[in-house]
Amino acid sequence: MLTVEKVCELKGYKCALMGNSEDEITSCYTGDLLSDVMGNAEENSALITIQAHKNTIAVASLVGIRVVVLCNGRTSPDDMKKAAKEEGVTILETKDNQFSASWKIAELLGLK
Amino acid sequence: MISFRLCYTKFMQTIPINTYNSPAVVLELIYQIKIKDAMTKNLITVEENASLREIQNLMKEKMLTGIPIVNGKHLLGIISVDDIIQALDFGYIKDVASQHMTKNLIVLEDDMPISFAISYFDRFKFHRFPVLNKNKELVGMITNRDITNSLLMELNKAVANLEKKQSFKIDKKIINQVQSFTVKKHDFEEAGYASTQIKKFLKKTGFPAKIIRRAAIACYELEMNIVVHSEGGEIIAEFSPEELVITANDCGPGIKDVNLALQKGWSTADEWIRSLGFGAGMGLPNVQSVSDDFSITSSKEGTCVVSTIKLTKQLDEEV
Repeated sequence: MLTVEKVCELKGYKCALMGNSEDEITSCYTGDLLSDVMGNAEENSALITIQAHKNTIAVASLVGIRVVVLCNGRTSPDDMKKAAKEEGVTILETKDNQFSASWKIAELLGLK
Repeated sequence: MISFRLCYTKFMQTIPINTYNSPAVVLELIYQIKIKDAMTKNLITVEENASLREIQNLMKEKMLTGIPIVNGKHLLGIISVDDIIQALDFGYIKDVASQHMTKNLIVLEDDMPISFAISYFDRFKFHRFPVLNKNKELVGMITNRDITNSLLMELNKAVANLEKKQSFKIDKKIINQVQSFTVKKHDFEEAGYASTQIKKFLKKTGFPAKIIRRAAIACYELEMNIVVHSEGGEIIAEFSPEELVITANDCGPGIKDVNLALQKGWSTADEWIRSLGFGAGMGLPNVQSVSDDFSITSSKEGTCVVSTIKLTKQLDEEV
């Protein structure tokens, strides 16, 4: 079983905000267009994106995304962290691009 | 001589539960979970010309008790810890794998239900079985531990569904109500508020997650459409025990070509909107796909979209 906590342990991934560390992650979606994420991401998933703003958390909360991974060194603004705290969504920040992050999380999910 | 044996009906009786009046959910699990869902796929294998010493070191390094010997994707045999101990005892640890591997193997097929694997472990005293696909290629290994893990995970899901089904009763008094929310043009700060409130309400009322998800998607997309494309408007949610009707009204400027707007990927959003992650051209198509009923009318004075989500339809499937 993959938990949010285990994703946080990835080397080079900084936890900007911890939601519920014990939440289970069963799938992952990579995308920067929120409607696309909205329509396709599954519940209990990780989202890999460069959209570092509050609306990403709204989408995450609505579809049941448990952890948002911000790529390419983007950092989360304070209002995004505040929203994430309220909704129990975890935010990770990494210098990896979306491809590398997807690859690493696919490995954690046992998909490789 | 290498021989693989696949045994079908003969050992089916060795599952430790009966198959005529056990709970359907358990029987379904052991027949529905395929061996390929449970097996370990990341295999460490060696070629037939590897020495037993190399295999011994590999076992030590990777903490393995058995390693398949292969030629490409084709399984030739297995070397187990016992074979290594024998080799050390009798002084042939420098020999190659092909000389001493177990060739007479019992194998499973990846499409078989997990019940086969359970009965195999009962019938044969091996600790692991190689798994082949239809083309007789080695695709995995299965151990009792793999079976325990996959059964536990699937049982967990199945029981959670059963519990949800049991506890799901709509309280008619709570649900008959109308909620409305004002949505302002380009107000990305408050965007998502209406959807979040509606989602929380459905959750509190105890609706199944899949229905809530559909309602949330429809509502969020309609809300964002008002924020992104219109002069402002409102979201009205009418709840009844049977359905949720979400109406999105705005004050214009209207959609020039409604049919185009319903096409996936078509968007009029500018660069700024896109930089915020909107304007994928998936909004209205997403609403349409999650709605049981959907209608849209648009003129210069404004656009009105109505999305209906049946709350009781096919509850069994939704749960």
